[in-house]
Amino acid sequence: MKNNRDRSIAFLMLLPSLILLGIFVYFFIGRAIQSSMTDWGENPAQPPLSETVEISYVGLDNYVRLMTSFTESSFRVSLVNTFFFTIFFVAGCIMVGLFLAILLDQRVAGEGIFRTIFLFPMALSFVVTGTIWRWMLQPRGGVNILPTLIGLDPIDFAWVNSQETWFQFLWQDVPRILTFVGIGILLIMAVRYALNQRWRSMGFVAAAAIVGLLVFMAGAWDYIWPALDVPAAEPTIAPKGFNVALLGVIIAAVWQMSGYTMAMFIAGIRGVAEELREAARVDGASELGVYRYIILPQLNPIILSAMIILGHISLKIFDLVFAMAGPDNAKTIVPGILVYTKGFRANAFASASAVAVIMLFFVAIIIIPYLWTQLRSDDD
Amino acid sequence: MNQYTAQQWRRYTIRVGIYVALLLMTAIFLIPVYVVIVTAFKNPAEINLASTWQLPTELYWQSFSEVMAEFGPRFGNSVQLVIGATILSSIMGSMNGYVLSKWEIPGHKFLFPLMLFGMFIPYQAILIPLFEFMRDIDLYGGIPGLILIHVVYGLPITTLIFRNFYVDIPDEMLEAAAIDGAGFWKLYTDIVFPLSIPGFVVVIIWQFTQIWNEFLFAVTMTSNDAQPITVGLAQLAGGEAVKWNLPMAGAIVAALPPLIVYIVLGRYFIRGLLAGSIKG
Repeated sequence: MKNNRDRSIAFLMLLPSLILLGIFVYFFIGRAIQSSMTDWGENPAQPPLSETVEISYVGLDNYVRLMTSFTESSFRVSLVNTFFFTIFFVAGCIMVGLFLAILLDQRVAGEGIFRTIFLFPMALSFVVTGTIWRWMLQPRGGVNILPTLIGLDPIDFAWVNSQETWFQFLWQDVPRILTFVGIGILLIMAVRYALNQRWRSMGFVAAAAIVGLLVFMAGAWDYIWPALDVPAAEPTIAPKGFNVALLGVIIAAVWQMSGYTMAMFIAGIRGVAEELREAARVDGASELGVYRYIILPQLNPIILSAMIILGHISLKIFDLVFAMAGPDNAKTIVPGILVYTKGFRANAFASASAVAVIMLFFVAIIIIPYLWTQLRSDDD
Repeated sequence: MNQYTAQQWRRYTIRVGIYVALLLMTAIFLIPVYVVIVTAFKNPAEINLASTWQLPTELYWQSFSEVMAEFGPRFGNSVQLVIGATILSSIMGSMNGYVLSKWEIPGHKFLFPLMLFGMFIPYQAILIPLFEFMRDIDLYGGIPGLILIHVVYGLPITTLIFRNFYVDIPDEMLEAAAIDGAGFWKLYTDIVFPLSIPGFVVVIIWQFTQIWNEFLFAVTMTSNDAQPITVGLAQLAGGEAVKWNLPMAGAIVAALPPLIVYIVLGRYFIRGLLAGSIKG
């Protein structure tokens, strides 16, 4: 079976796919990185779509502008939005999915029907979901008037039109916040190592915390976190924090995707041997105890996978926001929408590419280690 | 005796609690379905914010014919797109999976993850170079171009599903046939392909729903007359003064094909879904 002629045929059959993916993934990524370092579409003297457009290399200017310029504050809002969206969306899907999976694990009648119902939104387009929820979350209708059906007052909440921002902070403070959160995590780890008497690990972690603090005090952030053009204007034109307008989008996203986590968890729970559960029951564990001490620990790797898959989906989110809030809603802007409006409306190809490269960067950080561990354990 | 009944009582209330929770969640999951249907069947004159939750006084089918008049060509575009892209990407994926699982190609250990990475990237990252490229090869704006795009970006997932499927076919089976003189093609047509029908069902269903529902390429890579149905729906629902019976009827029309597939072949849909997390 392994003769050379057949092997060559095999390689030739794989080749078209390799070439196509080589061009459409890796060459294009290279092109995008290259474009992001030019003035393509930023130079008013050069119409970006003309055949004779002259494009010059500008280094990291586009990135610096995104991080500092008064006119690019929407990019900073989009980053903060993605951060909060990811946290609430991932946490929501995991909690709802786990709840549904545990409910369906109770040998209920009609289990198949329930599963079909909880999973059906996964078969819909984000555009369909967005359209439906946009109607349901009209400020003076839909969900807001549900309480009136039982004689209560309507809810007064503008959903995607809300202008409120919770947990506000200053963009200039982000490096400080990140540093303190990082050091805090390291210190907690150090205390836990100390309690387990793992002194070497504790030493490493504590040393890392001290080095981090020193580097921070030496002003290292000033080099990688450039100062804003007009720092005073930033909080008024675009306050940073959790934009409440995202809440409705998060609810719709959880409605659509929690069936997915449910399916992952059901597969995981079914993988826990019945003997293991039975043994725990014989040892006197309650039904809840069985979940808490036997099943949940075994689900940890699945929860991690779910966090990574959902996390990378939320970094890329585009269609749902587009359909629910439109591409021009300043409060629900996300990087995916920004690439669209910059690139395909304003023809600002270079800065659109810079935003796209930053998206790719964040996705790559979480996906590359994931792929690596998944495929490595696959080989055994 | 007393304790026994107390325990029975406890178990009974827990059972009731479980079913109440399940029915409550079912209601929450189905609320949007209720809203879509009652709104789509209402006479536009009857639709206002205050009456969101009321049933239509009479069934008003006209929204659907209006939507189809507007959607008609786009529905057709989506059908062409989905058929072309699904068939091509499943055939190529099956071939790739066969090669990667049964033929030791030099470097396959790093080629496979490099291929898979393509299904996780944010497509925004390649959107502008893709736009340039499609324009250069004169495929920008039409359905053939969009088919090419969906075939290429579908390759990682179709390859992954088929590869994982073929890994389970014992090598001894192929080796036995190879000793009898079967080559690359004969092994595929006589052994691998006949065994991979369920794999094809999973892949075809997955690609069908993904491509039907896709929006980013649909909205950026097509000109007006080649737009798929998701773009039509977004336009119907966008803008301020919306008559909501139309977007709701449109949502039903756009959702129906993948929903029917899901309801009829749900088991295979879930397998495709779980394959996306690499090992499930």
